[in-house]
Amino acid sequence: MNWVAWKMLTGDRTKYLGIVFGVAFGSVLIAHQTSIFVSLMRRTVSQIIDVADADVWVMNENVQSVDELRPLPDTEVSVVRGVPGVAWAVGLYKGMVTARQPNGLHRQLILMGLDDSSLVGAPREMLYGSLADLRQPDAVIIDKAGYSYLFPNQPYQLGRTLEMNDRRAVIVGICKASPPFQTFPILFARYNVARQYAPRDRNFLSFVLVKMMPGTEPAKLCQQIQQRSGRVALTTSQFAWMTVWYYIKSTGIPINFGITVALGFIVGTAIAGQTFYLFTIENLKQFGNLKAMGVTNLRIIQMILLQAVVVGVLGYSIGIGMSAMFFEVTKDVTHLAGFQTPWQVALMTAVAVGFIVVLSSVLSIRKVLVLEPAVVFR
Amino acid sequence: MRIVAPLVEPAIAVSCRGITRDFGDGDTRIRVLHGIDLDIPLGEITLLVGPSGCGKTTLISIVCGLLEPTGGDITLFGESHQSLRGTRLVQFRGKNIGFVFQQYNLLPALTAAENAALPLIIAGMPRRQAVSKARETLETVGLGNRADSKPSQLSGGQQQRVAIARALVHEPRLLVCDEPTAALDAQSGQTVMELLRRVAVHPDRAVLVVTHDNRVFEYGDRIVSMTDGRIEKIETRAQRIAVRSEPAAEPIANELLSVNRVFGSVDHVA
Ligand SMILES: Nc1ncnc2c1ncn2[C@@H]1O[C@H](COP(=O)(O)OP(=O)(O)OP(=O)(O)O)[C@@H](O)[C@H]1O
Ligand SMILES: [Mg+2]
Repeated sequence: MNWVAWKMLTGDRTKYLGIVFGVAFGSVLIAHQTSIFVSLMRRTVSQIIDVADADVWVMNENVQSVDELRPLPDTEVSVVRGVPGVAWAVGLYKGMVTARQPNGLHRQLILMGLDDSSLVGAPREMLYGSLADLRQPDAVIIDKAGYSYLFPNQPYQLGRTLEMNDRRAVIVGICKASPPFQTFPILFARYNVARQYAPRDRNFLSFVLVKMMPGTEPAKLCQQIQQRSGRVALTTSQFAWMTVWYYIKSTGIPINFGITVALGFIVGTAIAGQTFYLFTIENLKQFGNLKAMGVTNLRIIQMILLQAVVVGVLGYSIGIGMSAMFFEVTKDVTHLAGFQTPWQVALMTAVAVGFIVVLSSVLSIRKVLVLEPAVVFR
Repeated sequence: MRIVAPLVEPAIAVSCRGITRDFGDGDTRIRVLHGIDLDIPLGEITLLVGPSGCGKTTLISIVCGLLEPTGGDITLFGESHQSLRGTRLVQFRGKNIGFVFQQYNLLPALTAAENAALPLIIAGMPRRQAVSKARETLETVGLGNRADSKPSQLSGGQQQRVAIARALVHEPRLLVCDEPTAALDAQSGQTVMELLRRVAVHPDRAVLVVTHDNRVFEYGDRIVSMTDGRIEKIETRAQRIAVRSEPAAEPIANELLSVNRVFGSVDHVA
């Protein structure tokens, strides 16, 4: 009878493709919208995650996210260094500065000041120039997307200059950096160079980055740092989640986007479920006919589930494929760079599509089971 | 040596006693069948006729075990309907009953041969074997050359012949046809009925045909007339011929269309 179920499903090519594409379209909506949302939220923490070497971030107790900072005195670095379990600790500056381009235009930039000797927090992949060039006077490295903002449609060229806080900065390198949530260019400089570019303030230090000794308990270390310094110490993932939640709570963007995701999800499931449900309902009479001819309810359920699985698997694969292909094709578009369908989203979409297809088949199976076989005469 | 007693009456395939059936609940409850007593003999075509809404379809649904009666007893080939429940009933039906419907009810995705093979496949026969047996049956209904056509490529009359092949392929002991000619033109209707007479009638099979179509009355061995959920009259072929030869009688078809008028005073002929 599986063969009959297969024939019923695929007998009408157009209808069959229609159902599979209904489910595929539903999967695309779910996977694509969720992927964009997740990728966007990931951007809020890209600068935390890019600093791969740090295990613990120490910051001012009033810090709410990686983009809402309160400075610390430089002396905090040595306080943290004194805590047992700390392998090393270095300072990191992160702030917004205004740069003047040679053509007189002003731009807001994200400025990262890296520990002068270790350069912890430096970009991991250089496209032009080298990290070592940061040691030159007034040297800065800019991210590729930022370069395109500042110098649109111009070839990548080192040696260009910017002016910040009346100080000259020379671009000595172009790097790859994860795009930030606010799509500002990112400049990297040594800590003491960055200090000259930023507006004068009593304190300058944004974070103390900590590497743990092997075998140290992160939670315990954070607690000890907090006790010793009176500051907040968070592991990288705690800090990242704090930032994500800050964005979700304090800005409208994730909420609005969340609504779009929810709509994509609802519309997607509705389409996927509806198409399959209608398919079975349309076949109700055929199933009734088979029941009259001696097919048991158990067999009927098997047939419908087989159809559901075929439709679900095919539709889902096409849908996820289309979503992944979208991000593959757009990976060089700055606004979508780094966007992807993470496996968690793929899995969640699979669960959602599986759930909805099974739900709609259960609903339609119920109809088939309560179907008076006498309908065959109507 | 077995001694078989000569049958005076034909052997009975289905026997109904006091069948009632209600639809609806409470105030909207209506009784559609009011105590039906009916025997359907083997080796004959029994026609079930009567005005629309009199309960013909309800009665045959109950006879086939597709619908539960509200009251009364049915015996199908010696098995009481009470002993046939659930999966056992479904399998009993699959094995012993063939169906022909007004709208043919072929699966559009399957070819004629595959459709005709369904009862065998349902019974568990391997597909190849079932389809090849179905081809033979299609030969007997004159469609050997259309075995690989889809229903949409066949005329209504041809589809109904495929349906007859499907209903007979597993050699059931009861063939039930609901309005098999209603969707067909006169010519195709005749063909279908001739086919039923020729291939369906078998000493070990009962054929029950519900019809409105007075053109097919002549194909029945007995005609059961229903009105308002009751059997009004049962007439054998011999009795009809006798009526026809009476000088004053109107043509048979008209008589049967207006059973109330002509036979209103006649009692049940059981
Ligand atoms: N499932 C149901 N629910 C309620 N009433 C029903 C149901 N099935 C049939 N009936 C009623 O039972 C009566 C008999 O219906 P049935 O279909 O048996 O008539 P019929 O003799 O086959 O008519 P036709 O010649 O038009 O096919 C009708 O009044 C119909 O409305
Ligand atoms: Mg009817």
